[in-house]
Amino acid sequence: MPRRDDIESILIIGSGPIVIGQACEFDYSGTQACRALKEEGYRVVLANSNPATIMTDPDFADATYLEPLDAAVLAKIIEKEKRDNPDQTMALLPTLGGQTGLNLAMELELEGVLAHHGVELIGADATAIATAEDRDLFKQAMTEIGLEVARSGIAHDMEKAREVVGEVGLPVIIRPAYILGGRGTGIASTPEEFEKIAGYGLECSPISEILIEESIAGWKEYELEVMRDRNDNCVVVCAIENFDPMGVHTGDSITVAPTQTLTDVEYQKLRDGSFACIRRVGVETGGSNVQWAVHPDTGRQVIIEMNPRVSRSSALASKATGFPIAKIAAKLAVGYTLDEIPNDITKKTPASFEPSIDYVVTKVPRWAFEKFPGASGILGTSMQSVGEVMSIGRTFPESLQKALRSLEQGRYGLNCDPGEAAFDQLGDQELLAAASVATPDRPFQLEALLRRGIAVEDLYQATAVDRWFLDQMLLITEERAYLATLTLADVDRRDLKRAKQLGFSDCQLAYLWGTTEAQVREKRLAAGVKTTFKTVDTCAAEFNAETPYHYSTYEDADEVRPGERERVVILGSGPNRIGQGIEFDYCCVHASFALRDAGYETVMVNCNPETVSTDYDTSDRLYFEPLTYEDVMNVIESEKPLGVIVSLGGQTPLKLADQLPAALILGTSPSAIDAAEDREQWNALCARLEIPQPAGGTARSIEEALEITSRIGYPALVRPSYVLGGRAMEIVYDDENLRRAMDELAGFGSLGREGGLSSQRPVLIDRFLEDATEVDVDAIRDHLGDFVIGGVMEHVEEAGVHSGDSACAIPPTNLGAPTVELIESYTARIAAALEVKGLINVQYAVKENQVFVIEANPRASRTVPFVAKATGVPLAKVASRVMLGASLDELRAEELLTEPAKSDHVAVKEAVLPFNRFPEADAVLGPEMRSTGEVMGIDLTPGLAFMKSQLSAGTRLPEAGTAQVTVFMSLADRDKALGAEVGRGFRDLGFSIVATSGTAAMLQEAGVDVDAIVSKLGESGGVHAVELIERGDVQLVVNSPRGRRPRADGAHIRSAAGLANVPLLTTAAAAMAAVEGLRDWARYPLRVRSLQEYHQRGGYPGAVGGFEWPSG
Amino acid sequence: MSASRQPRAYRLVLADGEVFEGEGIGADSADGIVSGEVVFNTVLSGYQEVITDPSYAGQVITFTYPHIGNYGVNPTDDEARRPFCRGVIIRDLARRHSNWRSEGDLDSFLRSHGLAGIAGVDTRRLTRHIRDFGAMPGAFGSADVDELQAAAIADPTTSGVDLVSVVSTREPYTIGSGTRRVVAYDLGVKSTMLRHLSELATVTVVPADTPASDVLASSPDGVFLSNGPGDPQMAGSIVTELPKLLGRVPIFGICLGHQVLSLALGGTTFKMKFGHHGGNVPVKDVRSGKVEITSQNHNFAVEIGSVPDVVETHLCLNDGALEGMFHKDLPVFGVQYHPEAGPGPHDSRYLFEDFARLMDTTGSVA
Repeated sequence: MPRRDDIESILIIGSGPIVIGQACEFDYSGTQACRALKEEGYRVVLANSNPATIMTDPDFADATYLEPLDAAVLAKIIEKEKRDNPDQTMALLPTLGGQTGLNLAMELELEGVLAHHGVELIGADATAIATAEDRDLFKQAMTEIGLEVARSGIAHDMEKAREVVGEVGLPVIIRPAYILGGRGTGIASTPEEFEKIAGYGLECSPISEILIEESIAGWKEYELEVMRDRNDNCVVVCAIENFDPMGVHTGDSITVAPTQTLTDVEYQKLRDGSFACIRRVGVETGGSNVQWAVHPDTGRQVIIEMNPRVSRSSALASKATGFPIAKIAAKLAVGYTLDEIPNDITKKTPASFEPSIDYVVTKVPRWAFEKFPGASGILGTSMQSVGEVMSIGRTFPESLQKALRSLEQGRYGLNCDPGEAAFDQLGDQELLAAASVATPDRPFQLEALLRRGIAVEDLYQATAVDRWFLDQMLLITEERAYLATLTLADVDRRDLKRAKQLGFSDCQLAYLWGTTEAQVREKRLAAGVKTTFKTVDTCAAEFNAETPYHYSTYEDADEVRPGERERVVILGSGPNRIGQGIEFDYCCVHASFALRDAGYETVMVNCNPETVSTDYDTSDRLYFEPLTYEDVMNVIESEKPLGVIVSLGGQTPLKLADQLPAALILGTSPSAIDAAEDREQWNALCARLEIPQPAGGTARSIEEALEITSRIGYPALVRPSYVLGGRAMEIVYDDENLRRAMDELAGFGSLGREGGLSSQRPVLIDRFLEDATEVDVDAIRDHLGDFVIGGVMEHVEEAGVHSGDSACAIPPTNLGAPTVELIESYTARIAAALEVKGLINVQYAVKENQVFVIEANPRASRTVPFVAKATGVPLAKVASRVMLGASLDELRAEELLTEPAKSDHVAVKEAVLPFNRFPEADAVLGPEMRSTGEVMGIDLTPGLAFMKSQLSAGTRLPEAGTAQVTVFMSLADRDKALGAEVGRGFRDLGFSIVATSGTAAMLQEAGVDVDAIVSKLGESGGVHAVELIERGDVQLVVNSPRGRRPRADGAHIRSAAGLANVPLLTTAAAAMAAVEGLRDWARYPLRVRSLQEYHQRGGYPGAVGGFEWPSG
Repeated sequence: MSASRQPRAYRLVLADGEVFEGEGIGADSADGIVSGEVVFNTVLSGYQEVITDPSYAGQVITFTYPHIGNYGVNPTDDEARRPFCRGVIIRDLARRHSNWRSEGDLDSFLRSHGLAGIAGVDTRRLTRHIRDFGAMPGAFGSADVDELQAAAIADPTTSGVDLVSVVSTREPYTIGSGTRRVVAYDLGVKSTMLRHLSELATVTVVPADTPASDVLASSPDGVFLSNGPGDPQMAGSIVTELPKLLGRVPIFGICLGHQVLSLALGGTTFKMKFGHHGGNVPVKDVRSGKVEITSQNHNFAVEIGSVPDVVETHLCLNDGALEGMFHKDLPVFGVQYHPEAGPGPHDSRYLFEDFARLMDTTGSVA
């Protein structure tokens, strides 16, 4: 069936900020969909609040709304689009923006917005979405078509919940309805656990609904990625088997494609059931994910759930097979059938087939438990991982070892590295007991147990990990034992090849033989054991593949075709983690686009299946490989590139810079990068340039640290050198806390395990500038010395909150022009001194109009995409061209480098934090970065932009004038000056104020009325703050802690606010911004504008030179 | 070195001299040499069904999926009383199998049937070679390269060879208990096919050389022509007997059955470059526009447009090959692919129902 001509424009809702359970896989799917629909000639309208995404590039849609993902805002967007394009019929494609997109589409449908504007839901309609999402409807539907479901019942309150558990019997699993990533889900084995988990589940569900079902923990888990077109053709794109059995959220499970331990008879039964499911649910077109549990002893098959949309698993399936699910889903939604769409990889065969693969794909999640002290680190039914890696090998052992070294957590593979010593002190029984609990360490523990001779059967009984997987691990263990009998000198070609085929890295072999990686590599190459690159081609080599999507293995034949043009290798950023996420993928993808446009062949190397960079049509060539020296060198030797870009993918590629051939490193030299990192060199440089720094020093011991603070005074910022995202940074206010912080760094804390304090890894101690304003600058310098400022960002939170966790604004709203000019000139001087060729990011602290430089990083920063969205200048593209030798003048002539959009708009970036996933951790901001993602608010006043950023981040500030609003305030002493102004602001908005005694006294002294004084923890009399919050008497909490170690009371208050879903502001600065925002929000009507409108030359019409509201 | 570290070093040599290193699995090869036509199959699951599919007589099967043997073997998944293929080529044989239905491991299964194999082969390189140069004879074993190449060149392949008589049943037998009565010509029939037929009818399975007169004498409601190995031109007496059945009784042919039916109707067949062997082949029913994902296993095919007076109902979307047809006047239809799907997807099982309907609406004139 041909393309639908009765639709002219299509609205796509993105998934918003990166959060646990919803990461950049939806940028990948959304980007694919936008491209596919534009290709088809539709007007694409995109709504997404996440500025770090590639999909929100103005090039990918006709109208890009970086606006809050909120039903009222989306209604405004639809209204505006209909007004601006009255003749166009509009459709909404709800299945590409994750759970967020789906839920919002449902809201718009239920509120009648879609019907009112004549917008059709395509892909999946409201009935289908409800059938898949509503547990009860889903269960009924599946039972109706003869599929077995786990025994269960639904409850909307605790009374009913107890009744249901009486019928189903413990243990049970509790799942709240309409949640993403399994939030609030848990297994209860005792009545006490049941009370707790069911109660929390009811709170988590937006409709207070939980499903209570028989526990099928320990069963085998499978997922099928299914596609359907409007002619009712169905295909399975990929079937995935989980290494971790049921009981661990699939997002937290190691998963493998294709299925390994199902006979065809059983597999086809799952396939038939999955098709029956998608047909019954009624997903008319597109991709869905169907999850199954299979009893290991009886084969009983139970359907768990289906997602009527593209998902994290479909991104994985697309990368695992070369079948682009989101792109095809978009085309199916506008009327095509599968047989009308060509297979991109073979070009000759159609998309109506089921990929066959001739390799094994392994996905391993990456967690960030070290960021959340107090979190248990135990995996369960609620997803906790922040990223993932995928690897491809010809066999499972090879694939698994490659995946484990892709994680970048210091492991070289499945043990056989220094990290394995962690299990040495445990006895067999202790280790077996540890392995029986699912944690990130489990695969390593299993290998250690196999090495001690513990039988596969015993491990199976303890873990329910399939015996086949365990035996495959045992192959690695046995090979290691054999290799250990050899030495580097007497190992031969056959042994080396076998080892490499089982996935052993050169590092592992070097560890085993007590030699260096370089020597192993030299010996291996001399013996003729060289990497062979194979191709991901959707068809197991049955047809010729036109698309160079490669993975490494050790076989006879290599399939890389020689390049036609000069090639540039771009190293990606590896798995998402806190501190290094989608922003860096954005930069790598932009570099690839810009360099392709400039005539180079681009070669992407990355191992993150969620990203746009690992889409096979982003670059000319894609290598799905770990980002280690060995694996990257293999690609370099195969491709013989002109150069390698290491400075756009964050720390991952940057830390390889010193090892890779220096002549190949494009852009700023590694020695300049070191000069900025190295404390002594950096200090000397600042002194030479006469740029002030906060007083500080470098300490290798507690004595040295105390000597420094006695000189510079408190508070002091303490941080280890060479870390990312502010790992283990803290602000200390006295000697006692300095000693404690140093103790932790010396070996007791998580950082200590990674090497601890040493002369190579000293601790940096700086005077912490209290109440200073932090400023971030992104700029580009070319090889001729020409220089351009990308953006100057003023942070909302004061210095001391990690820049990644702080809100910031472009343009600066409070800094004076002379200060901004000074900052720009300092930046230019630093860039010149470091001979930067490409991007540089410099951070400053401004206190009482004095500017101090904090640090400089001559590489892409996390803020590059935000700056590009705010100004319309494609910084990453410009920088990548500059790295290849283009001058800024040349790029101006090409019109790649343009002047920033000059209108009166303000863009505010806000961080999104995962505290709801880690209820044990304190929800307070500090020098250690803990946000998973970011959003942007853009509007014509700073207040409105801030409000939009808050709404986008999920903080729904109570609006003035709607109902009686009560604010609870409890401020640290240092915040009390600004606090009075905040209090006055709230009163002007008509809010009531309740406060703790100290804060109340301060407010009253400043002439601000306080309605009630509440007691703190441990104080007697009066109403307690936590009670007030829990009772729902408070609509906003302002609570600022002092230092990293909050007093217990503050922590309780913040935790209560988190659990009760009451908006929480933890700095006085943010509260002040909220006051200004609420003031403007009450004053002006809600308006939405596309980025294309903001970016047009000359700025937003009616905005230049003054504040003006367009009518209409 | 432990014993397990001393595998039997084997080589695979193709007739064109291409050499692959590997190690022996399954039974020992007779005289150190096993030869046959080397083909590849792209299924991800179902190795046991593939190995026991009689259509592979005369061939050596390469599995493109690297891990084979993971879920062991079980008696119910066999497609015939024994394997008829000459050998198997794989990348990696599972040492330990895991599945609740499993009753043994693949290596022992191969040994028990005297079937040899070679593992450790870069099967992707081999597949690409066959894709580019066509299915060709090969030989593997412990012999040296020259001996193996000579054996490969000497192999009769599947062209111009009667393989049907090797695999067909010697004696007729009956299965099922339905009211309809079907005579099924066993040209190398798979048991899943018979299971589906027996759900519709009482099925008398007869040898491939059964005369048409014997069939008509039993007045069946329909005649079924099964799958089978090799060249339809060499399928024996069925090619000459079949015209006697046309128009006298409803006929349904699958795979080789479809090919001999086409020959009987006046069509022509040819040998493909490397055939279709897998479980993911898209076939379009041109009448409804619907696409079926099909299980396929054939090296020969019917020339498009060569069969007079038929409607070409099904086409392969990968290469346009003819996949199905029915006769405009006679109660006769056939498909090139495997609707019974053992292994493979179940999308096309409706064809057995179509056969039942055809029998029910067409009175036998025998």
